[in-house]
Amino acid sequence: MPEVKRYPNRLGIKGWLVGGKWGPERYLYFLHRVTGLGLLLYLLMHIVVVSSRAFGQEQWEWAMGRVSGPVFLVGEFLVFVAFVFHALNGVRLVLVELGILTGKAEDPVFPYRSSVNVQRPFMIVMMILAAILIVLGGYDFFVLVAH
Amino acid sequence: MSMKDTKLWTWHMASGVIILVLLGIHMLAMHMSGVMPLERLNPAGDNPLDWANVVARGREVSQVAGYIFLVGFGLFHGLYGLKNILFELNPAPGLKKLISVVLLLLGLGLFVFGAWSAVAARTMALSVSG
Repeated sequence: MPEVKRYPNRLGIKGWLVGGKWGPERYLYFLHRVTGLGLLLYLLMHIVVVSSRAFGQEQWEWAMGRVSGPVFLVGEFLVFVAFVFHALNGVRLVLVELGILTGKAEDPVFPYRSSVNVQRPFMIVMMILAAILIVLGGYDFFVLVAH
Repeated sequence: MSMKDTKLWTWHMASGVIILVLLGIHMLAMHMSGVMPLERLNPAGDNPLDWANVVARGREVSQVAGYIFLVGFGLFHGLYGLKNILFELNPAPGLKKLISVVLLLLGLGLFVFGAWSAVAARTMALSVSG
């Protein structure tokens, strides 16, 4: 198999956001990575914190006491927001990766149709759905739980 | 992209879908119990963090199995994603190898610890119920 020529990644992490003039999908790509890294960091800590349940009630309540209060509540809500966004944008990415919602291949006849425009309505639907779930989650976090 | 990379990428996507289901249920139980109360997930009252709910969930095989699967697929999905991000920065071949080994060991170590804690919590929950 021929070796694929790899080009140097000059922009590095900076290129996630300032790689050029991009459509909204480029910013979703940036947010997908940032939320993914945040969720990974949370998962690593979460596994350690919730393992306290294996040591009994006292240890569990002590551990939960360490991670309670307004700062942790806001932090947990941000994790919830990151999950909702990452999950729904991830569904869009999987469908696009599999060639679903990108439209049929067609001859390059002017005016050209971009597959990005074909899948964009789905992106908008997923982001609206994410916004609804985030609002519902926020209501649960800050209104129902607080009272 | 080698065949191994293609397989890992396919698993990355598949694990994402599995996490969506498992973590979706987890989020419903933990963070949306007020808007959408599901008695099966929090049988001992509204607060999912109450010890009684922790014990009740620990008694359910499906909850314990779901947690172990979630930890496994979550670690794979997250650490493979991190590896791809780091590899995009074109590290030297030796550093690539080191990154792969460190992430693999981190993932395996946390998976074993997470799975052990879930099983130990179940054993403890069953002993509490008598």
